[in-house]
Amino acid sequence: MVSDYEKTGVITLKDLEGKIPPPERFKKEPVAIVECTQEIPCDACIPACPRKLLSMKNIISVPSLDFDKCSGCAICVGKCPGLAIFIVDMCKAPKGKAWVTIPYEFLPVPEVGSIVRALNREGEDVGSAKVVKVARLSKEEKTALVTFEVDEKLAMEARALR
Amino acid sequence: MAVDLRIKEHPILEFKRGPKVKIYYGRKKIDAYEGETVGAALCAAGINVFTRSVKYHRPRGMFCAIGKCSSCMMRVDGVPNVMTCVTPVRDGMRVEPQNCFPSASHDLYSIIDRLGFKFPAGFYYRLITSPRSLSALYLKLIRPLTGMGKFPTANRGFKPMTKSEQRETEVAVVGAGPAGLSAAIHAARLGCRVTLIDENHRLGGQLIKQTHMFFGSKEYFAGVRGIRISEKLAEEVKQHENIEALLNTSVVGLYEENVLGIVQGNKFATMRAKKVIVSTGAYEKTLLFNDNDLPGVMGAGGVQTLMNVFGIKPGNEALMVGAGNVGLIISYQLLQAGVKVKGIVEAVPRIGGYFVHAAKIRRMGVPIYVSHTIKRTWGRRRVEGATIVQLDDRWKEVEGTEKDIKCDLICISVGLKPTYEFLYQAGCKMKFISELGGHVPLRTKNMETSVKGVYIPGDTGGIEEADTAMVGGKIAGISAALSLGYGDKEAEEFREKAIMELEDLRSGPTSARIRSGIEKALIEEG
Repeated sequence: MVSDYEKTGVITLKDLEGKIPPPERFKKEPVAIVECTQEIPCDACIPACPRKLLSMKNIISVPSLDFDKCSGCAICVGKCPGLAIFIVDMCKAPKGKAWVTIPYEFLPVPEVGSIVRALNREGEDVGSAKVVKVARLSKEEKTALVTFEVDEKLAMEARALR
Repeated sequence: MAVDLRIKEHPILEFKRGPKVKIYYGRKKIDAYEGETVGAALCAAGINVFTRSVKYHRPRGMFCAIGKCSSCMMRVDGVPNVMTCVTPVRDGMRVEPQNCFPSASHDLYSIIDRLGFKFPAGFYYRLITSPRSLSALYLKLIRPLTGMGKFPTANRGFKPMTKSEQRETEVAVVGAGPAGLSAAIHAARLGCRVTLIDENHRLGGQLIKQTHMFFGSKEYFAGVRGIRISEKLAEEVKQHENIEALLNTSVVGLYEENVLGIVQGNKFATMRAKKVIVSTGAYEKTLLFNDNDLPGVMGAGGVQTLMNVFGIKPGNEALMVGAGNVGLIISYQLLQAGVKVKGIVEAVPRIGGYFVHAAKIRRMGVPIYVSHTIKRTWGRRRVEGATIVQLDDRWKEVEGTEKDIKCDLICISVGLKPTYEFLYQAGCKMKFISELGGHVPLRTKNMETSVKGVYIPGDTGGIEEADTAMVGGKIAGISAALSLGYGDKEAEEFREKAIMELEDLRSGPTSARIRSGIEKALIEEG
């Protein structure tokens, strides 16, 4: 059977059921959201996690994250070739806001403090966002990890920026 | 100001350009950098029409950019029909268009194309014979209007082939892409003397254009960018004392008893190899639609070459045809190069490539039109736009669903087919297997074809991914070594493990077609 996201290229929260931790979990610590639902031959994320919290049965299965132990360190975000892992942080962000970390591979890389537009999974503008952190896993690594602040209700929606 | 479409800053790549040189296109002086090809330099200068076609004088520009088609053939330093996309620039080089007057962009003879109703495709000029008394005159007038350029005026660059020499090697590997590099390394590690042959000037095959991080298993560079994988493998090949790499060398035939005919510049040689590993990869397929030969319509590989190897923006606004992994990945790379992607059309009712690749470009606002195809394109000397149309479940166009999209680049990525000619000629048993992309040789699970001592890892045996190509190369390399008496029990176990790895990589639902294809192509040992 062909899932809808295989026609549209846009995943919905319903497709992600079971991959998103319960609401109370978000209040404890930042956490990785693994938006990888298709069985493809890839296990790049497994060795990426320093605490071995990502696991899969074999190379084609979908990774599952032990989100109770995940601290949202974002190493896997920079290592996923599908750029399909994001960090949602509702602890450090001010009340009513959320921090979202995305992998970013375009120029110019936004500067910390700048106001950008947050885009959803369809590329639609869903609101303004403030860039709070820009990091790279190492000097050679080209993928930037950009953390931006959005309204709490956009935490599971904002997945790109412009 | 002169046009310069070179990319100055790129999020992933750094372009190291050589010293500046000047070349001449007709009377126009063009800046180029050493290491660039003539075609790339012309594209960078914003030249769309390189030359004109043989009969109808239709505009011709860059299409494949890797020396596989004839679109960019021009007269270079007095030598006609030079593939400018693979000819490096040299200071003072003179490049001229062919079959046109007064210039390629304004060709008076292109009137013939307008008279298409009088001269339909397949029409032959020699058929103008009445009245008979004038036919000689017709021929005299018509001959200069058509044909493949004029005879060479200069001797420079054109020398007859010198006499052949005979070389010998244990394992000859033809093609230095992921499969070939991996095969060469694994055969050499077991002690074989390996000769690795490739027609390009550098090792890596198509890997050198892949800026994205690779999927696959952690044992095979998962999460590493293709360009880095190519560097790592090439480095090992160069370091290994058992491997001799012959670049800029074409293999033109595979004869009985594993004798290869090879051409290096203007030298022909034969090479007797004990084992031959054919990892020549694949060709791009193309698509039929109105005016699909306009400059600005390019193959996916050509777009990648211009953009990721030479750092030249292939256009400003692109339409991608095909939503397989190649189409999705290149759309993303176009965005990274600063090109606006107006959309992706895909005839099948679903996205063929991995969902995560599609998600990357969808969230940057690029629409994907499934069940759509490109109907026609328009423009005078370069693509100015295209019409797309919806398809129903029987692949018929749905009336009234035409949609015009303004764009100056149409990138065709509708799949690949294995390079099979070479294997036919060698006498391998072949079969048409659509799941594997076309005609493929039958093979054992050790990658050996029906011709003993000829192995086929990688896309040559069926269109897949770089990771399966590398595992395939490993299996082929070890098998060749084992049959030459190198390696021991451990090597055999290592090969068995690789065969299992390959099965694992193909075990997912996205590989269902591949599995059924491979099943049809498998033969028993011996």
